[in-house]
Amino acid sequence: MKNISIIDSTLRDGNHAVRHQLDKNQIEPYCAAAEAAGVPVVVVGHGNGLGASSLQVGESLLTDIEIIAAARSNLKKTKLGVFIIPGFGTINKDLNKAIQEGIDLVCVSSHCTEADTTQRHINYVKERGKLVYGNLMMTHMVSKGALIDECLKMQSYGADGVILMDSAGAYIPSDVTEKISALVGSLKIPVGFHGHNNFGLAIANSIVAVEAGATILDCCVLGFGAGAGNAQLEAVVAILSKRGYLTGIDLYKILDLADLAGKKIVKTPQGVKSISIVSGLAGVFSGFVRHVERVAGQYGVDPRDVFFELGRRKAVGGQEDMIIEVAINLADKRRKNEK
Amino acid sequence: MTGRIKVAILGSGNIGTDLLMKTLRSKFLECTRFIGRNLNSKGMVKGKEVGVLLSDKGIDEIVENPGCCQLIFDATSARDHLYHWSLLKDTDKIVVDMTPSKIGKMIVPAINLNDALEHRNVNMISCGGQASIPLVHTLTQACDGVEYIEIVSSIASASAGAGTRVNIDEYIENTEEALRFFSKCNNVKVILILNPAVPSIDMQTTISAKMPKPDMRKLSAAIAKMEKSIQAYVPGYLIVVPPVYENNRVVIMVRVRGLGDYLPGYAGNLDIINCAAIATAEKYAQGKQSNRFNLAEIKS
Repeated sequence: MKNISIIDSTLRDGNHAVRHQLDKNQIEPYCAAAEAAGVPVVVVGHGNGLGASSLQVGESLLTDIEIIAAARSNLKKTKLGVFIIPGFGTINKDLNKAIQEGIDLVCVSSHCTEADTTQRHINYVKERGKLVYGNLMMTHMVSKGALIDECLKMQSYGADGVILMDSAGAYIPSDVTEKISALVGSLKIPVGFHGHNNFGLAIANSIVAVEAGATILDCCVLGFGAGAGNAQLEAVVAILSKRGYLTGIDLYKILDLADLAGKKIVKTPQGVKSISIVSGLAGVFSGFVRHVERVAGQYGVDPRDVFFELGRRKAVGGQEDMIIEVAINLADKRRKNEK
Repeated sequence: MTGRIKVAILGSGNIGTDLLMKTLRSKFLECTRFIGRNLNSKGMVKGKEVGVLLSDKGIDEIVENPGCCQLIFDATSARDHLYHWSLLKDTDKIVVDMTPSKIGKMIVPAINLNDALEHRNVNMISCGGQASIPLVHTLTQACDGVEYIEIVSSIASASAGAGTRVNIDEYIENTEEALRFFSKCNNVKVILILNPAVPSIDMQTTISAKMPKPDMRKLSAAIAKMEKSIQAYVPGYLIVVPPVYENNRVVIMVRVRGLGDYLPGYAGNLDIINCAAIATAEKYAQGKQSNRFNLAEIKS
């Protein structure tokens, strides 16, 4: 029987769904219940990671350190993780303090072609004896060959594993099989998958990833995450147990954890809304949805047009400023056509 | 060539080679040495092509031939610059530092070009800094109540060399420091995004300032005036979204197309910092021409 490491990103990716407003009264009981359920890793923080609270991607209610402290006091056996994207957070300003605050694991993340921006951050975490995963975002944008090259870099920097993120929810199961099996065949370190649910495929894609050899799955209870949300963690755990994989997670208690999140955290149930389908089809980061809806409303343009234009321009995560420019351009174009 | 000052370029990577191409056009600068470590590197080959005197001896070239230049562009690394300056600080050389070493006077030509004349080591901050700081300066001069400033620059992956990638933290921290200095606003944040799209995207910088709604007509006029001042030394500088007020913040967006001297036009990030460096070096040359100062008399 094969072990699968589950990473619970409910308190990180889910923060996108509440505009980064998670508070202590949500984080503390959630972590206590995750500990009780035997969840191996809980990742917390702003949706875009350490140092990302900003006008660009959204301001966080709590500071990174406040979030980490709230989680730390409720986790013992469960490892506490954070996420960082070089370009947002830095070692001196952010990572250093998070490590002092007692985190156990760091996901160092970059756009899928920019792994070399993670070298120093991966080195730094590794040198301090913490676990470190290399995450690649928006991995639908490039071929499996390009992903192998980038993951080999992260492996050479000392990453303990790599996680392919389907940030736009653009994968269908055959994409997952192709890319995950290529990585499993080329790397010495474990391979993981983080799915988004734009087409309603996040759970299926996660199971397919495991069947292709992935041994890490990054999910969220109730699918709580950016845009249409993520793979629903409790369902993934249930299916894995039915298929004979070991996760170390107690089924009843993970279901209780999901119910707790339903009462305390998730205000609007996640679902595949029309706009999320467009985001997946355009191949644009799921986290853009709230910004696109707000800006499109303000300039009186169709948010679907905004998404397709962003996709055409190959916007990557973090380029939320482009939404305003695209909306203004579309509004100008329409005004000219009306004349 | 009377009237031109002799300059040496230390470092033959993307920045150094592009600077070389720009000095060839300058009426005030004459490149007398193009210095790298390997005569077969791409930059050196380009140097050979344009007929400039090459050296592969690094800083030793200048130490051994002190008369070869009056001004040095240091386009190596922050760590190397510290060493170079230790050898140069007791000479009469002027150093325009392209690295994030943070030891020289920070210069943004549209704001404080004259300050350069009082310092022998000047620092060009960063591409995002050169693109955003003049507008931020204009904004904070024209409006009250700016609580927070955020700068997001997106650059083409193809324009970010190995140095930029490894020094991404230094880029952020140095640009933030410069932003605080020039804006007098302590609450700032800098974000850098690398975008791998093919064809490559032009460098773009977005400035967001959290503040009460200002007099937008007055602000737009001041920003347009500053845009013209910057265009005088960075021809590819263009405001693509003039000030708009949205979600309790002023937003301004700039696109920088490079001149395509060495790297293609999309590399506006390299172009703008180099244009700023050339403008600064030319200021020294003009200062010398008008006898406004004597190079040898400036203290570090």
